[in-house]
Formats: sequence, C-alpha cells, structure tokens
Amino acid sequence: MPQIALDQQLLDACAAVMLLLSFAMLSQRRIVSLVNLYAVQGGALATATLLVAWRTGEGHLYLSAALTIALKVIFLPWLLHRLIRRLEVYWDTEPLLNVSGTMLAGLLIVVFAFGLAQPITQLASTATRSAIGIAVSVVLLAFLMMITRRKAMSQVVGFLSMENGLFFAAMSATYGMPMVVELGVALDVLVAMLVLGVFFFQIREQFDSLDLHHLESLKERD
Amino acid sequence: MTTIFSSPLTGCAGLLAAWGLIGLAGLLRPASVRFAGRTLFPLGAMAGLALAAIAGSSLLAGGTEQLVLPFGLPDLPFHLRLDPLSSFFLLLLGASSAGVSVFAGGYFRQGEGTAPGLLCLQYHLFLASMGWVLLADDAYGFMVAWEVMALSSYFLVTTQHRIPEIRRAGFIYLLMAHLGAIAILLCFGVLQGGSWQFTFDAMRAAHLAPAWAAAAFLLALAGFGLKAGLVPLHVWLPEAHPAAPSPVSALMSGVMLKTAVYGLLRVTLDLLGRPVWWWGLVPLILGLFTAFYGVVFAAVQTDMKRLLAYSSIENMGIVFTGLGLSVIFLGAGMQAVAALALLATLYHCLNHSFMKSLLFLGTGSVLHATGERNLGRLGGLIHSMPWVAWLTLIGALAIAGLPPLNGFVSEWLLLQSFLFADRVPHEFVNLLIPMGMALVALCAALAGYVMVKFFGVIFLGQPREPSLAHAHDCGRLERLGLAWLALGCVLLGLLPFQVVAALGAVTRQLVGAAVPQAASHWWLLAPVPGRAVSYGPIIFLAATAGVVALTALVVRLAYHQRVRRTPAWDCGFGSLTPRMQDTAEGFGQPIRNIFQSFFQIERELPAPSDRTPRYRIAIADRFWRTVYEPLGSSVQRLASAVAFLQQGRVSVYLLYSFVTLIVLLALALFA
Amino acid sequence: MRPEDWLTQFIEIVAALAAAPIFLGWVSQCRAWLQNRRAPSLWLPYRNIRKLFHKEAVIAQNASRLFRLAPYVVFGTMVLAAAIIPSMGTRLPLVVSADAIALVGLFATARVFMALAAMDIGTAFGTLGARREMMVGFLAEPALLMVIFVASLLSASTALPAITEHLATQTLGLDPALAFTAVAFTLVLLAENARIPVDNPSTHLELTMIHEAMLLEYSARHLALMEWTTALKLFNYACIGFALFIPWGVATGHIGPLGLAVAIPTLAVKLALAGGGLALIETLCAKLRVMRAPEFLATAYLFAVLGLLVHVMLGARG
Repeated sequence: MPQIALDQQLLDACAAVMLLLSFAMLSQRRIVSLVNLYAVQGGALATATLLVAWRTGEGHLYLSAALTIALKVIFLPWLLHRLIRRLEVYWDTEPLLNVSGTMLAGLLIVVFAFGLAQPITQLASTATRSAIGIAVSVVLLAFLMMITRRKAMSQVVGFLSMENGLFFAAMSATYGMPMVVELGVALDVLVAMLVLGVFFFQIREQFDSLDLHHLESLKERD
Repeated sequence: MTTIFSSPLTGCAGLLAAWGLIGLAGLLRPASVRFAGRTLFPLGAMAGLALAAIAGSSLLAGGTEQLVLPFGLPDLPFHLRLDPLSSFFLLLLGASSAGVSVFAGGYFRQGEGTAPGLLCLQYHLFLASMGWVLLADDAYGFMVAWEVMALSSYFLVTTQHRIPEIRRAGFIYLLMAHLGAIAILLCFGVLQGGSWQFTFDAMRAAHLAPAWAAAAFLLALAGFGLKAGLVPLHVWLPEAHPAAPSPVSALMSGVMLKTAVYGLLRVTLDLLGRPVWWWGLVPLILGLFTAFYGVVFAAVQTDMKRLLAYSSIENMGIVFTGLGLSVIFLGAGMQAVAALALLATLYHCLNHSFMKSLLFLGTGSVLHATGERNLGRLGGLIHSMPWVAWLTLIGALAIAGLPPLNGFVSEWLLLQSFLFADRVPHEFVNLLIPMGMALVALCAALAGYVMVKFFGVIFLGQPREPSLAHAHDCGRLERLGLAWLALGCVLLGLLPFQVVAALGAVTRQLVGAAVPQAASHWWLLAPVPGRAVSYGPIIFLAATAGVVALTALVVRLAYHQRVRRTPAWDCGFGSLTPRMQDTAEGFGQPIRNIFQSFFQIERELPAPSDRTPRYRIAIADRFWRTVYEPLGSSVQRLASAVAFLQQGRVSVYLLYSFVTLIVLLALALFA
Repeated sequence: MRPEDWLTQFIEIVAALAAAPIFLGWVSQCRAWLQNRRAPSLWLPYRNIRKLFHKEAVIAQNASRLFRLAPYVVFGTMVLAAAIIPSMGTRLPLVVSADAIALVGLFATARVFMALAAMDIGTAFGTLGARREMMVGFLAEPALLMVIFVASLLSASTALPAITEHLATQTLGLDPALAFTAVAFTLVLLAENARIPVDNPSTHLELTMIHEAMLLEYSARHLALMEWTTALKLFNYACIGFALFIPWGVATGHIGPLGLAVAIPTLAVKLALAGGGLALIETLCAKLRVMRAPEFLATAYLFAVLGLLVHVMLGARG
C-alpha cells in the first residue's frame, strides 16, 4: 500500500468524522445532544475547509472556513440552544422507525450514495474527490433524519446538517462554490433559521406542542 | 465381482445397483422389521461405505471416466461419468448415508404407516437415485434419476400417510419438486444450443449466445434453488422435513439438498464453461437473504425438526453465497480466489451433510424415547439419554460454527474469500460484497443462538413433563450411526488440510486452479493465496485441552476436591418447578422482538383476571400469504375460467379432439 | 521458531493470567474514585479468587457433567485467546494455529459453553441469563468480526500479529475507517464484558443482570475459574483494542530482553489508561433497559460495517 500524505490522511479523517457524526445524529434522541453534534460537525467541516485551503492556497476558502466557524459552530448552535430552553423541548419522542432500522436504512443510503458519486469521482480532478461519496451520504442521511423525526426542532437540525453536506460536496468536487454563492447560502440558512424560530412559537401557540403529528389534522379530507 | 470393481465408475454403478437390490430384497419379507432393520439397512450402510471409499480414491486420483450403459430408450442410452466433482458428491453421499442407514436399522418400528419392507425399498431407491443423479452424463438420464429421487422421497415423507398434515406436506413437496424439475428441463433445453444432442458432452461443446447462457444459468438457479430451499422457493422444506421420519429427514437435508448444489455447479461451471461475473451476484444475494431468513426463523421455532429444517435453509444459503462469490471471482479473472470460495462451498456441503444428519438423527432418538417433538415439552434429557445428548452436542457445536469442529472450517474459508472482495475490479460491487460479509458473520452468530436454544431446551434443565424421566437412551445401531456422524464432524474439523488437498482436484476441474498449500505441515491449513494466514485446529485443540487439563490438575492438587450436592440455589427462591425455565418461545423472544417485522405473528395474551391464563403465539412465514396464496388462488381462478370446457358430454370431448387433430394437420400441411 | 519466541509466548500467557485480576481491580478502583467512594484494594479480585478456591463446591443435584466441565473449558479458551493476542510481542508461536477469525470463534465457544452451563440446572435465572447473553452475543460477535475485518483489509491478513505490525508502521496509524471501528469496538467491549450500560458487574439485581445470572449456581473453585475468566476476557478485549488501535510499543520482530523491557511498561501504561477510560465511561453512562441492549449493539454492528464501507469508499482513490 503506498504511503499517503499526511494532509490527505487528515482530510480523509475529517470526511470520516463527518459521516460518523451524521450517523450519531441519526441515532441520537436528545435534542440538546443533537445540536451539539451539529456544532461538532460544523467544526469538522471547518477543519476540512482549512486543510483544503492550505493545500490549494485558495484564499476564499479561508474566508469560508471562518464563516463556517462563526455561523455553524458558534451562532446557530447558540440560537438553537436558546430556542430549546425557551420552548422546553429537550427530548424527541420515539422516532418513527427504531434506531436499528434507521441505521440500517442509513447504511443502504451510504451504499447508494457511493454508487451515485462514482461517476463524479472519476470526473473530478480535486485531491478531495474520494470524499464526494461521503458528502452525498451526509446530505441524504440528514434527509433521512428529517423523515424519521416527529419534532420540528430535530427536523431543523437535520436541515442544517444537510446544508453542511452540500457545502462539503461542493468543496470536495470543485474546491468550494464561488464566494457569492457561498455567502448567499449562508444568508439563506440564517434567514431560514430565524423564520423557523418564529414558526416554532406559532406552532406551539396553536397546538401546545412541537410534535408535528398535530399538523396532520390540517389536511382537508380524511 | 473383480470386473465390476476394476474401474471406479463401474464400481460406483455396481454399488448403486446393489442399493436397488437391497431395496428389492425388502419386499421378500415386507412385514418384518427385524429383517429390514438388522440385515438390509446395515448392508445398505456397508454399500455406502464402499461407495465412499471408491469415490474417495477416485477423487484423490483425480481422473475422469465415462461409460455408456447398454440400456435406456432406443437411441438414448444412459451415459455415466465419474469426474472429481461427482466423486466428491458421491463421497459425501456414501459417507453420510452410511451413518444414517445404520441408524435407520435401529430406528424404524412397526407402526401405522408404510410397511418396513416397502420402506426399505423406497429408502434404498432414494439413495440409488441420488447416486445416479451424480453419475448421469446426459440430460435424459439426469432427469429420470432426478424424478425417481423426488418420487421416492415423496413416498418416504408420507410414511405416516394416515395423518392429514403429513399428506398435505407431501403434496406441497411433490408440487414444488415438479416445478423445479420443469425449470431444470427447460435449462437443459437451452443448454443443448440447437444441436438437439442431450449428452453433457454435447452441451459442453455448444456455444451459447450470452443471453441464452444467462437464461440457462437463471433457469438452473431456479430449478436447483428450489430443491435447495432458496428463499422464496423454500416453503416446501420446513413442511416436508419435519413430516418425514428422522432418518429420511437426515438424508433429505444432509444429502438431497447437496444434489441441488451439485446440479448448479455442474451447469454453471462445467456445462456453461466460462460464467460471466454478474451471474454470481444472483446466488450471492439470494443466498445471503436465504441464510439470514432461515436462521431468524429457526430461532423462533418450537418444533425441533422444523427448527432444524430452517437451519438447513440457512446453511444452504451460506453454500449458495460461497458459490456466487466463486462465480464473481472467476468472472473477474481471479482464479485462485475463486478456488478458495468454491472450496468453502464444497467444504460446507460436506460439513453440513454430517452435522445436519447427526442432529436430525438425534431428534429422531428423542422423538422415539419421548414421543414429543415440541420443544416446550422436553428438557433434561442429558440425564436419561447421555449418548444421544453428548453426540448431539458435538453436532450442535459444529453447526454453530465453533472451533475446532468442522462447521468453523468452512465458515473460516468463506470469510477468508470474502476478504478479497476489495480486489474485485467492479466499483460498486466491491462495496456490496463487504455487506455480504457482515451478513454472513451475523448469520454465523445467530446459528450459535439457535443451537444453544436447540440443545439447551431439549437436553438441559429440568424435564418439563413428568413422563420424560422414563425416557430411554437409544439402541446400539442408533448409537453407532450417531457416533459415525459425530466422528465425521470431529475429523473434518481437525484435518482440514487433508480435505482441502483432496478437494484440489475438484477446484482444478471447475475453476482451473487449486488453492496453494503454503505450509508444508500436515496439521496446518494455509490456503489463502498470497496471504500468510493459517489455522491449525489440532494445535488449537491441543492447546485448549492442555490448559484445561493443567488447570484441572492444579486445582485437584492444590485445593480439595470436595463436592456437595444440594437442591439448586436459585437465589434462595424455594420451590423451583420446571415451568419456571424458559420455554422455546421464551428463548426465542429476543429474536422475535428484534426482527419483528420479519414475521407474521399471531399472539394471544391472557388478561390479568384470567383464571386459567393461556398464552399462545403462532409465527407464520410471510411468503405464504404474500406469494403463494395469491398464486394459488389465481391458478384456481384460471382453472375455473376454463372450466366451461368441461361439459360432461362425451361427444363434446370428441369434438375437442377432432378440432385439435384438424388444426395440427392443417399446420403440418402449411408449415 | 526460536526459543526466545517461545519464551515471549510463555511470558505473555503468565502475564495475562497474573495481570487480568489486577486490571479488573484497577477498573473498580477508578470507578470508586470517580464516584467519590472509598476504593477497594487493587488485590481484591485476587483475594476473592483465592478464597473461592479454598471453599467446598456446592452443586445442584440435577447438574450434569456439562455443568462441571464448563468452567474449565471456558477458562481454557480464554487462556488460549490470551496467548494469540499480541499484547507484548508479535512473534508468537501459537499464532499459526489461530488467526483473528478463530479468536472470535474462541470467544463464541466460551459464550456457548457458559450459556449451556447456565441452562443446565433449569432455574429461572439461569435460563434468563443464558438467553440474554446469547442475545448480546449474536450482535456483538459479528460486530467484533467486522472490526477485525476492517483491520484485516487494511493490512491484507487476518493474523493478529501481522495486523499489528502493519498498523504500527503506518505514519498516522489512525485510518479514517478505523475511527468508526474504534467506536464499534468500544461498544462491543462494554457489552461483551458485562459493563454498564449493557450490564452491571456490581449488582445482582434480577431484572437487569445478564452475566451474573449465568453464574448464580456456581460456587467455590468453579466460580473462581469463572471469575478469573471474566477478568481475563476483559484483559483480552483491552489487548485486542491495543493491537488494533494503539499498536505502538509492541515489540515487532524477534525480540530479546530489550523488546520486552519496552513492551511490558508500555502495556502497563496502556492498561492503566484504558482502565481509567472504562471507569469514566461507566460512570458517565446510565444502565440501559435490557430491551435497549440490542439497539445498542446493532449500533455497534452498523458502525463496524460503516467502517468497512468507508474503507472501500476512501480506498477507491484512483
């Protein structure tokens, strides 16, 4: 086996950690821990970005790493924690599918994502291309998490984690999106977060709970 | 005699004929259990041993021999052929049937069912037809032998034909066996490739278009997979195996299922020549699913023979997994690794024929001694039936895949070949294969669970019924049969090097390579190409036994050996009744919970206020409801749709014949 | 094989036998400290075993021979396991007889014998313990096997010493795939050694116990052997963990006295740290309900499989 450069190994490790955290989020029932895991995932993403920036010398990646840290490691988790305290939702109820089932589905998704990423991997010329499969997995796993949860709060975390995955995918395929797009996405996430925060309070006002199955009564026909 | 035994092939054919004669001799005194049991069955066992010896020596010699028998249909004489592949399976047939036959000699009693003489005929016909399947070298002879095998085993399954459930099980078996036979027939039809020559030699020479070759492979997989109990074609197996008398279950599970593996190997790797790599994916995926399905269902069974039947399904799944893996490797041009996977497949066939026969015979003895096959009414038999218990323990440990017994060796080989998955040059596939490895590991561990349940509930603990205290150990012939099979399990486990060396001829014939024997020691198995990995069961056993003996010695010398017998402590709870032990249902409960979605469970729970609480749980195979019942009812609908043809008037029927004749003649005229 | 290899082998076995109870004692000591209790002596497991050996064995009337045989078999398999795990050196003569798959088989053998012995008397607790142990086992065993397979794929061998030698020479020993398997392995270690959160080694509370329930009917020398086995098993698992994840310090190649002089203190340090870590995990976690245990183990199993997938995915670098 040929020796692989140290920074490459570290990048791989970051990718693996991101996937690991996605699975940890998938199996975590406590919302507080979920948010913490999200923060750590942001940290792993920032580390990976920094590594790529250092390796390629692309200046804008340093900026986007700083943005990631500020937004995804510090600000959003803080906001979420505040929301949790204010709304007093510490636990998600039993997920729709049990943990083993969810994990198994997640595993199949990883296999699928890998197959999906295969042609892209062969086209891409970046040093990080082997992580594309993992990035796609992170996106799809976040999707899966949103599907299997009942509480709006965990779905938001899933949404945010999905954005992490997209960002990572862009970085591993083409060393990141253009700066304008990145800033736009960051702004989108921020605004979405704020809107959702308002939304939560409205939902709770209406139903006395954040459990989304109450929304089922909103359909028109039984 | 000397002329017959001058060549291995005529020797084998002669022994098959001898089996037929022994069977016919049973008709001389059809009602005598003594004659059949004490004379004919042991004779059959001797013939089996002789067959194993001839086949074994032919396997070591590695030669190929052909013979055209001077009878059969006009222009269609029977072709026979003995090559390493058929030698190996004949060895398996002879060696494990010897144990079963000896056991059967002591087992069959006068009863309600088929008369002993007739039973003896059916039994030996069954053996001879299996041998014939293995020797046949043309499609015609193969199909005749295959049908004789199916029919004779059908009659054996329905030995207790006065019981309606057994008749039903027999019917399902016969129906499924014929569906399989049709698939195989079609497969041969494709294989002849337009030459209309049905000898296997002609099929080897035929060049098939890729699509036709794939079709032939899939048809063979369907036909032989049905015989082997591949999910979803497995439904007959858990019905037929428990219905048959135990020696017959042992033969069906131990040997007959292997003829299906033989057939698939023959078609895929011999008649079709060079398989395409993706073919292997089908048996691999089906095999993995089958293994998992079988073992999960085995874990929740309450009838001991059904449990073993599901365990057979699991093992056949593992065999097919190995086969699929071997085809994938071969298609990818990795001959040496393909040989390793094929070796695991063959080794597992051999192991399973010994282990499963042993366990089925063990249940037979328990059934005779107690009249019970429900695990919930057994228990504690290790005290009253020590021989059966300890010999069965060997089989149970072997099938659970524990070293240094034989089950472990084939599992080890299979896992080793799985570890080459990342070398397969197809991107997506080498990701799927590790998942298969994970599933195999899970199945192996679950097999341990199943066997602890099987052995623990039957033989350990307290007797769950008072009548069990009077259970008697089995007779001498039965003991001999069990001991032979147990010995086989131990030897196959301890001497893998020799077995692997003998199997080299088969792998060379089928995939063109044999595994390297890197180590020069006779006690060390090191078959993995290019990797320094070894397994030495003899040292393994010696080291463990040494430590055990040393510990026992030190404890004996250093500390006093006093033992006091008291009632069980059980945390100081006073009255301990047998009903406090786990039942079979209880032991299967975790599996039932974890794999809930797998089963179709019907549960009846007692209310807290019930005076006589009753707890009942029934677990059904989902495939019955989702596949077979709709299929059955649609056939029924189809049948009633065409029922208007049945008018009941003879002249109408004659009209049908007349019209058919006219149409055919018209076709002949214009074609 | 040279004579000094046999010497290494011998020292390894003796060291395992001697150190296992101390390691167990060390873990309970750390636990006590972390929980603000006064710690028991480091030698307590030893004293316990010694005391038990001196007692008269009391056996239930309906115990079969299997019941009396099982402690010896279980002990024997665990000693052999200790012999083939490269805890100090990698040149071990006995290793040719058993690779990592056989090691998992050894653990399975021990488990099956233990479960069978527990069912032998036919008490409610015994069968309950056997059932639960097998439930833990059937998920933990494949998980462990998968962990080992990831390491095997990395180093193209299933022989433990070869794996250790390969991993010890990598620049950054921690392959990403190993990160997943390390998580899985930790979970398996906790479950297989009857630690919190799956089982609690320090109570005999009927509703929750797994391992202890199987030993209830044992006494005196049989119990002593079983307890020693338990300690050895924990020691073995720790050493497997060292061999796979922190292999540095193990003497590779033919070692003389110098290699051992490095290897033994290294092992001691690793054990001390691992014991502390284990105690920390056990203090921070709450015991799971028994019904949650399969979920816990399924997680371990899936993490191990994920490690395998990550290995293949990242290995696909063109």
